[in-house]
Amino acid sequence: MSDRLPGFNTLAIHAGAAPDAATGARATPIYQTTSFVFDDVDHAASLFGLQAFGNIYSRIGNPTCSVLEERVAALEGGTAALAVASGHAAEFLTFHTLLQPGDEFIAARKLYGGSINQFNHAYKNFGWNVVWADSDDPSSFEAAITPKTKAIFVESIANPGGVIVDLKAIAAIAKKHRIPFIVDNTMASPYLIRPFEHGADIIVHSATKFLGGHGNSVGGLIVDGGTFNFAGDDRYPMLSKPRPEYAGMVLGETFGNFGFAIACRVLGLRDLGPALSPFNAFLILNGIETLPLRMQRHSDNALTVAEHLQGHSKISWVSYPGLRADRYHNLAQEYCPKGAGAVFTFGLKGGYEAGVKLVSNLKLFSHLANIGDTRSLVIHPASTTHRQLTDEQKTQAGAGPEVVRLSIGLEDTQDLIDDLNQALDAA
Amino acid sequence: MLIELPCPIPYVPFMNHDNYPNDYIRGILNGVKTIAMVGASQNPARPSWIVTKYLLERGYDVIPVNPGLAGTELLGKTVYASLKDVPVPIDMVEVFRNSEAAGPITDEALTLDPLPKVIWMQLSVRNDEAAARAEAKGLQVVMDRCPKIEFGRLSGEISWQGVNSRMISAKKPVLSGKGFQKLSLNRS
Repeated sequence: MSDRLPGFNTLAIHAGAAPDAATGARATPIYQTTSFVFDDVDHAASLFGLQAFGNIYSRIGNPTCSVLEERVAALEGGTAALAVASGHAAEFLTFHTLLQPGDEFIAARKLYGGSINQFNHAYKNFGWNVVWADSDDPSSFEAAITPKTKAIFVESIANPGGVIVDLKAIAAIAKKHRIPFIVDNTMASPYLIRPFEHGADIIVHSATKFLGGHGNSVGGLIVDGGTFNFAGDDRYPMLSKPRPEYAGMVLGETFGNFGFAIACRVLGLRDLGPALSPFNAFLILNGIETLPLRMQRHSDNALTVAEHLQGHSKISWVSYPGLRADRYHNLAQEYCPKGAGAVFTFGLKGGYEAGVKLVSNLKLFSHLANIGDTRSLVIHPASTTHRQLTDEQKTQAGAGPEVVRLSIGLEDTQDLIDDLNQALDAA
Repeated sequence: MLIELPCPIPYVPFMNHDNYPNDYIRGILNGVKTIAMVGASQNPARPSWIVTKYLLERGYDVIPVNPGLAGTELLGKTVYASLKDVPVPIDMVEVFRNSEAAGPITDEALTLDPLPKVIWMQLSVRNDEAAARAEAKGLQVVMDRCPKIEFGRLSGEISWQGVNSRMISAKKPVLSGKGFQKLSLNRS
């Protein structure tokens, strides 16, 4: 093989995987084991001292999970990745590595409702303070920066659908103030948007969604872009100060441009424990092999359904950046010209009650709190995922009472349109 | 029609130091045995100590060089004050010092008899003038790379840490024969 970097489709199938050294197994084996035998006492010491590459215990690393890690690192164009138990765990370990008690980070208001809750409530216990900004107005991020700001966080395509974030504009602000820029790339997947190419420093994923793609496994990924130099930066002591657990090693110096991913593993995953099971890693890997095919079909199907809905008499608006008249259409053309993803929202003229009725009437769409399945999914955010937010927060998050969110699957679009028509007629 | 013009400068195959082919690095790591580690440290938290230990475990004869530690033992190996004090022929000089210091270290290496085959400057160390002097004498040069990372990348070991090795292959990694968690540089 030449040294030219293989294309996206090839990476989706091959990156990180090789025939098993011991058996020749071609599919990645599920290494369903808690622990790994050391070659000898000295080898064990080297592994525990982070002086050798290798496997110790599946909470810290596992060969099935590491194939997933390298696969996603390659697809995103990062230096390294870490697989964890969920997208939430990916966010948690990312902030744990960057923030100290009393620190702040800036996050876009339009986010997955679970992330909003995590930031608003759970993080308060750690003294990590979220400051909200408006992703439609990059200057609001700059205005929110204080000396305590340690990170900026956005979603590339934002929940609950239909929002494209101007990554380059926000990245420029982050770079100017030397703040790591974290992008949750769950909704786009690297097939549609590769945030490192637009200035992101760290990417997080809920692999539960489009990476796995079949609605069968919860998992998360942290990807290190290798672009932020933490070594010697006192604001990030986890990476720039000698670590007492590792005989004074400075992780950002020893591991260079993949130091952030290593720190998330050996300080976060090791001590806090949200490890991904090898079986889930295997299923997510299987999903990723067809990511380019699925993502294109998801996007194409979503556009077809969105075009149909925008002409429906019971619908007041459809928010899908693939639509020509959409306010985010130009950003979509810039950041994700292949398609605007599977997820979008629309507003019902009948408001909250009509939303509740619609989800009950649908027969092919599944009413559940997930996205990125082969199956088409529907949810009424105001009564479910965004229920814990105040009315004002719901509206700011794009989840007002009349809003319905769809995650368009891989079925025949005519069947999806027929189902939506009958459910709207009865709503 | 192409006309061949006489070339006024003798052709020297200088390496492109911005982008090394994997086979170039693999050839070097497969071809050297004795490595002089200039800037070796006795502090186990320092990258130079970690790289020394890793390369010793992979079967290389690593000879630490550090004037401040001359005569002491480091990982069971005697430390020498300078390259010219090393009593055996050196295949590769690994420069674990800053880019400026890499110049005089390279020049000292070029006075050795026999000459080393390779000058390797550690990750973040780059001195193009020194590299050109070494290449003019027929040495191979690697700059701004870590031999541990490169060994781990080419063997597949680094993939266990979720690092993007930028390697794709349908060939099996090969156990190095020294346990399950050490791989060789070659695939089969």
